[in-house]
Amino acid sequence: MDLIIILQAGVATGTVLLFATIGEIFAERAGILNLGLEGMMLIGAMAAMKTVVATGNPWLGVLVAMLVAGLLSQIHALITIQFQADQVVSGLALTFLGAGLSLVFGEGLSKAGAMSLLPRYTVPLLSRMPVLGPILFIDQSVMVYLGYALIPLSWYYINRTRPGLHLRAIGEFPAAADVLGINVYALRYFYVFIGGLLAGLAGATISLAVSPGWFSELTTSGQGWIAIGLVIFAQWNPIRAAFGSYIFGALRRLILDIQGPAMLLGLANPFYYNPYLGFFLQMIPYAFTIAVLIIGSREALRKRFGSPAALGIPFIRGERGI
Amino acid sequence: MKSSEATKSTRRNGLIPFRIELETRMEQPRWLGAAVSLGAMIFALFLGGVILSMAGGNPIRAYSYMLKAAFGSWGVFSDTLVKATPLILTGLACAVAFSMRLWNIGAEGQFYVGAFGASAVVLAPLIPLDSPAWLMILTMVAVGTLAGAAWGFVPGFLKARYNVNEIISSLMMNYIAVAWNNFFIFAVWSEGGFQMSPKFPKTAWLPRLTDYVEKIPAFRGLTAHLGLVFGLVMAGIIWWVLYRSKWGYEIRLIGDNPRAAEYSGINIKRNIVLVMMLSGGLAGLAGVSEISGVVHRLQGAISPGYGFTGIIIAWLAKLNPILVVPVSVLFGGLILAGREIQPSGVPKLIQGIILVCLIASDFLLRYRVSIVRRSWES
Repeated sequence: MDLIIILQAGVATGTVLLFATIGEIFAERAGILNLGLEGMMLIGAMAAMKTVVATGNPWLGVLVAMLVAGLLSQIHALITIQFQADQVVSGLALTFLGAGLSLVFGEGLSKAGAMSLLPRYTVPLLSRMPVLGPILFIDQSVMVYLGYALIPLSWYYINRTRPGLHLRAIGEFPAAADVLGINVYALRYFYVFIGGLLAGLAGATISLAVSPGWFSELTTSGQGWIAIGLVIFAQWNPIRAAFGSYIFGALRRLILDIQGPAMLLGLANPFYYNPYLGFFLQMIPYAFTIAVLIIGSREALRKRFGSPAALGIPFIRGERGI
Repeated sequence: MKSSEATKSTRRNGLIPFRIELETRMEQPRWLGAAVSLGAMIFALFLGGVILSMAGGNPIRAYSYMLKAAFGSWGVFSDTLVKATPLILTGLACAVAFSMRLWNIGAEGQFYVGAFGASAVVLAPLIPLDSPAWLMILTMVAVGTLAGAAWGFVPGFLKARYNVNEIISSLMMNYIAVAWNNFFIFAVWSEGGFQMSPKFPKTAWLPRLTDYVEKIPAFRGLTAHLGLVFGLVMAGIIWWVLYRSKWGYEIRLIGDNPRAAEYSGINIKRNIVLVMMLSGGLAGLAGVSEISGVVHRLQGAISPGYGFTGIIIAWLAKLNPILVVPVSVLFGGLILAGREIQPSGVPKLIQGIILVCLIASDFLLRYRVSIVRRSWES
């Protein structure tokens, strides 16, 4: 059990959550809660895998995964934006639909043999940094680096640019944004689509980089839901989202590694001698999500910081309301 | 004509000679809800067929096979009822929570701990194994229901106390429940190293129709069990609670208008915890019924997603506890017949499409959609 290795793998695992969480932040900042994250990630993971099996090109796999998940997200957009249906139920429906579609079209995919994965790189200079170098920059998948770039870019986009201002406006006070000539409907479609693209990217990152392969619903194993929890913890801020995602990634890796050594901190390792205790370790990420939610909502209460004001509320042009 | 404020969506290009006009409905005809839901179902099955043929299947053969495999004879219909039994209970669990707009997505986990609680009565054992059957079953029902209620209590309490989003917390509890059960299946109650507990004694089995074959020969092989009666009775009770009792009125008022409920002095936080426990208890009872009516031992994979299907059932039944019963029978048939259909994800896919179509169709209940010729507009 080497701490550096755990953190290194944790960053890679956390990249999946990072993409999904930032995607959901975009959608929720625009006022649309999309609980279908798990379904979109599943279909992304399946589509990426299937494309690579068929063509052998992982980049094409990533592209297809993003497009397919983005397309799926538009069903949610249509139902919630155009038809003004309940966003919670529609999101759940999307989860079912995504899972069903990926199971049907992914039939037999788990038996697929060797395939080409996304490349891994070591960054020449940065990797020589003490501690941080090996954790962040040695032999990481290209997706991990894409994740590093996404964090500041999305933060800057949301908080410092004009389109980002519009994004925040349609999530906080769509009626006012509408008066200013912002097309609330079109932008909401757009940001739900962005959320879908990133969820597809997260799915492709699982099946082509982090834990390659297709294991039906176990491929995502609830990470989409964890990401939705992380959005609340992150207070809709990409930088906090990155922090949470990497911690979760490291935690998942730690749980795998802790069962390895016979001795732990000079004591007999109970998880080594009784592997069944591993079932309790499996609970930790989910219990931790609940803990994170408690921390997040307590903090929100104290800082008087809440979700985007119009989150979950359909915008009907010309009607009273926010 | 019921038109007061007309929302118009006009396309200003002259290419299409029609435009779609939306009009808010002031009142709905009584038949409309049922008609739209039915239409959505049919449309969903059609859509499912299209996707199925895209994935390389034959939808017509698949559907006709499913119909026969689920409703073709008394024998298979009895099996359909067996599948419908836990669905009725999880459907009720979701319906009662959703009536308060409390999103309990954790019925699956509550089902698992309900099954665990019932098994613990036999396997721990909590009462002597030579107890009479009625006492055994009563204890299993009580412990399993309480276990489910305890599992529901956690997200309810967290929501009431810390305003934690119950969707995510109840869902996380599902994964914890499955791991918890697995620990006991693998490590504690494992029989000879297999991943299952020993079989329960006959006193812990819910009576089935086939058990009465000496008196009524027609019951030979019919596996429908007492759990179905639990489901039907609970449907009646929950209907009464929701639509005839003061508590049910409070629940529905909170669901419709939480602010009005708060001003009228209803304790919302207390109701959040109580309704979540009621919902969890119902899902737990589903677990009891399945474990002692069908499986007769604790093992993994006891549910093909009964808790999640309950969500769809509750929504399709418009949160009406009585309607939950026939809808569950329909979905029981879908799950039963779907087991043998390739590819294996078909039932899940069809459930997803049905829910999507159903939600989208609600639009037709709120708006009157008419297609108007453009020529006489300007």
